Amino acid sequence: MNFELTKEQRMIRDMVRDFAKAEIEPYARELDETHSFRKESFDKMGELGLLGIPFPEEYGGAGGDIVSYALAVEEIGRACGGTGLSYAAAVSLGATPFYNFGTEEQKQEFLVPMAQGKTLGAFGLTEPNAGSDAGGTRTRAYIDGDEWVINGEKCWITNAEYSRQVVVTAVTGQNEKGRNIITAIIVPTNTPGVTIRSNYQKMGVRASNTCEIILENVRVPRENVLGDEKKGFGQFLNTLDGGRISIAALSVGIAQAAFEKALAYSKERTQFGQSISKFQGISFKLSDMAMEIELARNMVLKAAWLKDNGKPFKKEAAFAKLFASEMGFRTCNKAIQIHGGYGYMAEYDVERHLRDIKLMEIGEGTSEIQRVVISRLLGC
Amino acid sequence: MNIYVLVKRTFDTEEKIVLNGGAIQEDGAEFIINPYDEYAIEEAIQVRDAQGGEVTVVTIGGEDAEKQLRTALAMGADKAVLINTEDDVEDLDQYSVAHILSEYLKDKDADLILGGNVAIDGGSGQVGPRLAELLGINYVTTITNLEIDSDTVKIVRDVEGDSEVIETSLPLLVTAQQGLNEPRYPSLPGIMKAKKKPLEELELDDLDIDEDDVEAKTETVEIFLPAEKEAGRVLQGELKDQVKELVQLLHTEAKVI
Ligand SMILES: Cc1cc2nc3c(=O)[nH]c(=O)nc-3n(C[C@H](O)[C@H](O)[C@H](O)COP(=O)(O)OP(=O)(O)OC[C@H]3O[C@@H](n4cnc5c(N)ncnc54)[C@H](O)[C@@H]3O)c2cc1C
Ligand SMILES: Cc1cc2nc3c(=O)[nH]c(=O)nc-3n(C[C@H](O)[C@H](O)[C@H](O)COP(=O)(O)OP(=O)(O)OC[C@H]3O[C@@H](n4cnc5c(N)ncnc54)[C@H](O)[C@@H]3O)c2cc1C
Repeated sequence: MNFELTKEQRMIRDMVRDFAKAEIEPYARELDETHSFRKESFDKMGELGLLGIPFPEEYGGAGGDIVSYALAVEEIGRACGGTGLSYAAAVSLGATPFYNFGTEEQKQEFLVPMAQGKTLGAFGLTEPNAGSDAGGTRTRAYIDGDEWVINGEKCWITNAEYSRQVVVTAVTGQNEKGRNIITAIIVPTNTPGVTIRSNYQKMGVRASNTCEIILENVRVPRENVLGDEKKGFGQFLNTLDGGRISIAALSVGIAQAAFEKALAYSKERTQFGQSISKFQGISFKLSDMAMEIELARNMVLKAAWLKDNGKPFKKEAAFAKLFASEMGFRTCNKAIQIHGGYGYMAEYDVERHLRDIKLMEIGEGTSEIQRVVISRLLGC
Repeated sequence: MNIYVLVKRTFDTEEKIVLNGGAIQEDGAEFIINPYDEYAIEEAIQVRDAQGGEVTVVTIGGEDAEKQLRTALAMGADKAVLINTEDDVEDLDQYSVAHILSEYLKDKDADLILGGNVAIDGGSGQVGPRLAELLGINYVTTITNLEIDSDTVKIVRDVEGDSEVIETSLPLLVTAQQGLNEPRYPSLPGIMKAKKKPLEELELDDLDIDEDDVEAKTETVEIFLPAEKEAGRVLQGELKDQVKELVQLLHTEAKVI
C-alpha cells in the first residue's frame, strides 16, 4: 500500500489550486448571480493543458492519469462548482468517448482539438422523457443514402453551446428481443437542423452551460457513428462509469470549500462570550465534515487508481459518486447552519455551495440509480 | 546565453505557521518556491526564449527541494541542480550559501545569474550580492525590468517605490523584485516533460568544499511569531480633546514620540 501522490500528481494539484484560486474563484459569485459561463476560464485551462490531462500526447493530451485529473476537478470545483461541472463534463463526457471508442480519424478530427482546449465537447443522452431510463430514448436516426437522418430532442446537455460537436444517442432499430438498439452519433453543432438553446433557470451550477438541443432532419455522414453501431447503450454506460469519478471529485471540491469557510467562520464568530467553534454543537459538526470529506476523497482516489491500473472500477466509482455527493450535501448544509443567518446570505457563498452540490446527487445517474448499480453488482 | 537561477524552497508565509521548540514546525507546513525566485525563473525563461541558450536552476537544500526544482523545470527551465547539504551541515546562513554557490558556479561561465530579491523566510537579501562579489561580476538588486542587447544590459530597478535606470554589462547577477514579470503556471505538458529533464544532485564533497569552511557565521538565537494584533481603540469626545489624548498616548503608551 502507498497513499502518497507522485511528484507529478502533487505538482498538478498545486498548479491547478494556484490557478483556480487566482483565475476562477474570483468570478464564482458573479457567474452564479448572472447565470453565465466564462469562456475565458476555459481558454486558460486549455492553454495549461487541463482539458487533456488523461489523454496521450499523440491525441493532444498531457499523458497524465485519472488520479491527476480527479485532483484537478476537485481543485476547480473548490473554486467554482459550475465551472467544475463544465470542466468535468468536457473531459469525461465530451472527450473521453472519442478516446475510448473513436476511430483513429475521429480521434484526430475531434479528440485532438478538445484535448488542446480549442473547443469543448458535449454528450447528449438525456431527453425530456428519458433520464434515468435511457433505454426510453425517443430520438431516432435512420440511414438515407450515405447519411444518417436524426430527429429528436435532448435536454440539459452540458457545454453544447461551446462545443464543435455533440455526441447524441438515438434509436436506430430493434434487436431480436424487441429492445431498442441505441447508436451514438457525432453531430457537428453547425449542421443544419440543429438548434441549441440555453435558457434554463437553474438552482445551482449556474456557471455551467446547460442546453436544450433540437434535432430536425439533421443529416450527418454515415461514418459519424461513434464506436459500435449496435452497442451505443453499453458505451454510454461505460462513459458514465468514468464520469462518476469526476462528479465525485467535484463533490469533494465543493464540500471542501464549504468546510473551510465554516471552520474559519466558526473561529471568528463570537456568541455567549466565546467563539462558536468552542461549542460542541459546532465543533462536532466540523469534525464530521472533515472526516466525511477525507473518506470521500479516499474513495475517489481509489476508484481513479483502479481505472488507471486497468482494474474493474464500476462499483467503486458508484460508491465514490454516491457517497461524495450525499456527504457533500450534508457538509454544505452544515456549513450554512454554522454560519447562522449569514449562511443564508449570498455574500458568504455557502448557500451557493449547497445549490451547486445538489446537482451532484442528480447528474450522471441519480443517487437512486447509483444504488441500483451497486445492488446489481452485489447480485441482488 | 548561459543562464543560472538561484531557487530556494521556503514555507508558505500565507499559510499558518506553527512554532515548536524554537523552530518552525515543518510537519503540515506548505512549501513553495520563494515567490521572488519565481520572478527570476520566469525572467530567465523569457531571456532564453528571446536569445537562445540554456536555463539551469540551482538550489541548496535537502531531498525535499526536488519538488521545487521539478516545478521550475515544468515552468520551462532546462536543467536543475540540487546541492544537497542535508547530511553535512545543520545551519546555513547567507555566508554559507553564497560560498557554496560560488564554488559551484566559479567554472560555469555563467552569462546571467538571477535570484530573488529576498527569500520570504530568512529575508536577508544578501545571497545575490555576496555571490556576485565572490564571483567578481556585476550585480544589480531589486530589478523590475531587464533588456539585454548583446553585452549591454539596461535595467530598471526599484528603489523604495521609485525607479532607477542602470546600464551595465554581462556577465551579470540580478535579483528580482515584484513587478518584473508575471510568472507562468507550469503547464500540464510542462509537468510531464519535467520528469525527463536532467536533475543533478551534488554534495559538498563533489564541490571539494570542507564543511568547516561553510559553517554559518551567524547564529539564530530566537524565533517568535509577531504579537497578535490587538483591537484598535476609537477615541471619543471633542476633536480637540481627541488630538490631545492621541498625542499623550503616543508618548506614554506607544512610546513612539
Ligand atoms: C445541470 C444539469 C446538467 C446535465 N448535463 C447532462 C449532460 O451533459 N448530458 C446528459 O445526457 N444529461 C445531462 N443531465 C441530465 C441528468 O443526467 C439527468 O437529469 C439524470 O440522469 C436524471 O434523469 P431525470 O432528470 O430525467 O430524472 P428521472 O429519471 O425522471 O428521475 C426522477 C426520480 O426518480 C428516480 N428514479 C428513476 N428511476 C428509478 C429507479 N429505477 N429506482 C429508483 N428510483 C428511480 C430518480 O432517482 C429521481 O429521484 C444534466 C442535468 C442537469 C440538471
Ligand atoms: C431571512 C431572515 C429573516 C430574519 N428575520 C428576523 C427578524 O425578523 N427579527 C430578528 O430579530 N431576527 C431575524 N433574523 C435573524 C435570525 O433570528 C438569526 O439569524 C438567528 O437567531 C441566528 O443568529 P445568527 O445568525 O447571529 O447566528 P449565530 O448566533 O452566530 O449562530 C451561528 C451558529 O452557532 C450556533 N450557536 C450559537 N450559540 C450556540 C451555543 N451556545 N451552543 C451551540 N451552538 C451555538 C448556532 O446554532 C449557529 O449554528 C432573520 C434571519 C434571516 C436569515
